[in-house]
Amino acid sequence: MKKEKIIPGPVSKAGTRPTRMGTWSTVKPVLKGKCTFCLFCWVFCPEGAIIQDEENRKVLFDFEDCKGCGICARECPTKAIEMVEQEGG
Amino acid sequence: MKLKDIAKEEFYQSSFGCAGCAAVLAVRLTIKVLGRNSVYIVPANCISTVSCYYPQAPFFVPFTVMAFAATAAACSGVSAGFKRRGREDIQVVGFSGDGGTADIGIQALSGAIDCGNKFIYICYDNEAYMNTGIQRSGLTPYGATTTTTPSPRFEDRPKKDMLRILAAHDILYAATACTSYPLDYMEKVEKASKVNGPTYIHVLTPCPTGWGFPPDQTIEIGRMAVESGMWKLVEFEDGQFSTTYTPKRQRPVSEYFATQARFRHLSPEQIAAIQKDIDATRD
Amino acid sequence: MATRMPIKKFITANEAVAQAAKLARVDVVAAYPITPQTSIVEKIAKYIADGEMDADYLKVESEHSALTACMGVRMAGARAFTSTASQGLEYMHEMLAYAAGGRYPLVLVNVCRSVALPWSIWGDHQDAIQQRDTGWLQIFTETGQEALDMVLQAYRIAEDHRVLLPMMVCLDSFIQSHTEELVEIPDQAMVDSFLPPYDPVVTLDVDNPYSISVGGFGKQYAYWRAEQQAAAEKSWEVIVEVGDEFARVFGRHYGGLIEEYRCDGAETVLLTMGAFTGTARDVVDEMRDEGKKVGLVKVRAFRPFPVGPLRKVISKVKAAAVLDRDCSWGYEGALATDLKAALYGLPEPPAILNFIGGLGGADVPPERMRYMLEKAMSAEMGTTPHLEFIDR
Repeated sequence: MKKEKIIPGPVSKAGTRPTRMGTWSTVKPVLKGKCTFCLFCWVFCPEGAIIQDEENRKVLFDFEDCKGCGICARECPTKAIEMVEQEGG
Repeated sequence: MKLKDIAKEEFYQSSFGCAGCAAVLAVRLTIKVLGRNSVYIVPANCISTVSCYYPQAPFFVPFTVMAFAATAAACSGVSAGFKRRGREDIQVVGFSGDGGTADIGIQALSGAIDCGNKFIYICYDNEAYMNTGIQRSGLTPYGATTTTTPSPRFEDRPKKDMLRILAAHDILYAATACTSYPLDYMEKVEKASKVNGPTYIHVLTPCPTGWGFPPDQTIEIGRMAVESGMWKLVEFEDGQFSTTYTPKRQRPVSEYFATQARFRHLSPEQIAAIQKDIDATRD
Repeated sequence: MATRMPIKKFITANEAVAQAAKLARVDVVAAYPITPQTSIVEKIAKYIADGEMDADYLKVESEHSALTACMGVRMAGARAFTSTASQGLEYMHEMLAYAAGGRYPLVLVNVCRSVALPWSIWGDHQDAIQQRDTGWLQIFTETGQEALDMVLQAYRIAEDHRVLLPMMVCLDSFIQSHTEELVEIPDQAMVDSFLPPYDPVVTLDVDNPYSISVGGFGKQYAYWRAEQQAAAEKSWEVIVEVGDEFARVFGRHYGGLIEEYRCDGAETVLLTMGAFTGTARDVVDEMRDEGKKVGLVKVRAFRPFPVGPLRKVISKVKAAAVLDRDCSWGYEGALATDLKAALYGLPEPPAILNFIGGLGGADVPPERMRYMLEKAMSAEMGTTPHLEFIDR
């Protein structure tokens, strides 16, 4: 295993993310209607918190990264997504 | 390009950007196009500020913070360095805000185009110095209030026409875009990546915090900017301007202004005058 | 063992520096013209145009962009060179701090020139001295030969993994930069044996990605600064080491962080930086011939400040005359201030007399140097402060 050199100065390994922003919002997207797998919500999510479930042809939401902005719900052409207050949030 | 063809892998996550931030979305989509073989030079702006505080490193690809005025010069240097090391395959991307492009960064941008090394300069335009709290920039549109042009005053200068400025530099490729039209934006990024010289993409990124609208309307408001004619999607290539998208519906600018706190002070007469100017520039 | 085939040429220090940039195998030169540096970049541009030098010349539009571009080149893993003076150095001030704090091993040749206003194209040290807090290492050179040699050494020192700090090699305007003298230009093979290719610690590396030159708060920020300070302190050692190795390969030694000239048994010494040292040597020789116990200390490294070596030599004398071609307005010359601080705690401190001279291109002729030494010779032990402008 290659030993990591100690790098002086202000650097951080890419992708280091001890802080996740899911705690910013207690309101999260939930699929209430029929997802047509159009991928609009997926492309518009700034956080990349929407995952394509290709097998079931629908989207999944990663609450750990979701900031609760609601763009997905707003842009869904079939209004299948609802922003729902999470229990115990 | 189709939505289903876009890379599913994420390359930019867990930034401290506001909920609903179009600039964060623009970064996310840019790296999806360019992939792992790209490096990002970001000066003082929202994106660097939300991506640069140790130990959080939301960029999954190489990234560096750069001085405010210096983005394009750094791109020029990195590009020259990669060329010397036989790594011209690596895409060098500058991701600068409107202030870092049209105001403090304009000199370096002009100079870097002259140097001629290959890089993609992306100006993400939220139309003010948002990172420091919504002060006006050279790209703040006529009529908007900001903290340095506060009510009862408002911005009394039009947006600097960056594409015409760069056309005057004989840049090989430049384009305007908007995060509400992601495929158009991503196709332009891809096109720029194939040009052997400096290129420029100016992407309008609506800002919920700075423009004064709820964070779920980011995409809708960008669409309204294009539909009202306040922002056009064009390309400059081979010395010619062309429109890449003509909106199917043309919206009165009053509808666009009504959605944002920064424009709500405008009187009907002021709005009519702005509408007249926009109508005069329509093809 | 490589055969030595150096060439001796009658050239200006500026041309010697251009030769050094070529020999150091720099990849990219990004520089903006300013008097009196211009002939450095013109010579480099000509070497490149003639195919003598394999480097890219970036036509940057300002000094701020020049240093930024050099940082960019380093981020890509290649070697950069730049040079400037006065207003240009000030214009890139922001980026000087970026380079040092970001631990970029840049090399910059500064042809020291006064800083406006008043406006002047002629020499003094104000421009370089004003940058002393940026974190750059600074070496003042006396001759064209030393300038060439120090550019080569600067790459070794800066790129050393124990240092990784940028280094400024300083020349004096016109009297050094534009004066021709016999300079030995080393053989490329010799230089290659002394200066290996750049081996970066971290770059914009797509195969091992990092966020580089990022930010931090409070304790984290302080940690990085402490790390930087440790590296600057380590550079004392590395500068001496590299100087010794250079002497082994090329046969020329400059004394280390300072050079002591006829200080054995000296009761009074003169401290100089840069090209005026040449005149000072002659004055010291003359006065020694008259039986006066005088000596000369040439301060080469200004940052890191050579506390140890100066304390060692100055603690033995009764008085020191410090010639500063600069002044921290409202206080005194930088060399005098730093020297006094370095001597703090000595039970019997020598008199330190601060002379401000050679400003705006004024010459400091032998008579003025003699005046400074004689004044110091008659000073009371422990006398300070003393500030005198000697240009007339």
